[in-house]
Amino acid sequence: MSRQSNRATDNKKMNSELFTLTYGALVTQLCKDYENDEEVNKQLDKMGYNIGVRLIEDFLARSSIGRCQDFRETADVIAKVAFKMYLGTTPSVTNWSPAGDEFSLILENNPLVDFVELPDNHSTLIYSNLLCGILRGALEMVQMAVDVRFAQDTLRGDNVTEIRMRFIKRIEENLPAGDE
Amino acid sequence: MVIFSVDVVNKAGGLIYQYDNYVPRAEAEKTFSYPLDLVLKHHDEKVIVSFGQRDGIKVGHAVLSINGADVMGKSTADGKDILEYLKDPSNYPVSIRFGRARLSSNEKLMLASMFHSLFAIGSQLSPEVGSSGIEMLETDVFKLHCYQTLTGIKFIVLADPRQTGIDALLRKIYEVYSDFALKNPFYSLEMPIRCELFDQNLKSALEVAEKAGNFGAGS
Repeated sequence: MSRQSNRATDNKKMNSELFTLTYGALVTQLCKDYENDEEVNKQLDKMGYNIGVRLIEDFLARSSIGRCQDFRETADVIAKVAFKMYLGTTPSVTNWSPAGDEFSLILENNPLVDFVELPDNHSTLIYSNLLCGILRGALEMVQMAVDVRFAQDTLRGDNVTEIRMRFIKRIEENLPAGDE
Repeated sequence: MVIFSVDVVNKAGGLIYQYDNYVPRAEAEKTFSYPLDLVLKHHDEKVIVSFGQRDGIKVGHAVLSINGADVMGKSTADGKDILEYLKDPSNYPVSIRFGRARLSSNEKLMLASMFHSLFAIGSQLSPEVGSSGIEMLETDVFKLHCYQTLTGIKFIVLADPRQTGIDALLRKIYEVYSDFALKNPFYSLEMPIRCELFDQNLKSALEVAEKAGNFGAGS
């Protein structure tokens, strides 16, 4: 099985197995605490949201990317820059809806689920739901309300992992000056 | 060449971080004997010199400390009213430090929110659509540089007009913020920043910028 080491942009190497183990410990503890898959999914989304609102500033500070002009540009930046920077993998952007407000990210490999298998009693658990929360939180801080969900998950028997992102609206409250 | 201060303003216009880097050059400490030949008066919660300018003590300078203890507004560190204290001959000889009054933290908060509004006006005044807000404000004594992130946080640096490399410094401060403030899980967003690591790293970023600026080459 190929191992990929998680590389932060400032060249601090960390073993990705520790990352996988940490995330696994987190999810299993949540399962023990809440005993209900739906609740665990919600908690993972909340935690991801809190990570996302902070991660976006780190992303903007390090990548110096300017404001995206439309949702397609956003999709490209998320797939080619953000995922590459933080997870070391570049998902592909596909399945655009005709209105251009929905697309899919197809992940070949997901570092969170290395070595993981879902048991039968957790069939509705969305193991990597943290990622959905992160994307939602990060985009909300740049005034975009989006809905993010897993359409397919290799842990639940599908061939690929597919994250579906839908643009809801532009958040008009508290716009930074100069962005109208 | 010096960087005078760094401020961070949150999305709502509230000041969440303030760091002063300058030492006011106009400060004078002198020992006086009774009677005091300066005329002092109350002004705006402070005691200032209104007449009797001499020896580096100018009209408008405030009483900063008496006998080494910093004053608090109109009273000494012990709580006695300053003017009453200085009328009593038994308190002399007394050593008083005068200097330009520092802004109180409330005043700084007010100025930050005012700048937040002016920043927005800057983009509204623009003849073209899609202008940024105020990026630089220049006076003969200092230049104010402002960088607003896509998330609405503003980083404001007041520096010597000849200081170069401030744009790079603003980006570096953004990085320090995203590292030591945001990655600290105990720091809540939009709240005042009270993280020691943030202070330390900000100070070293300022030192680097000041040294680079001295050679005229911005990084």
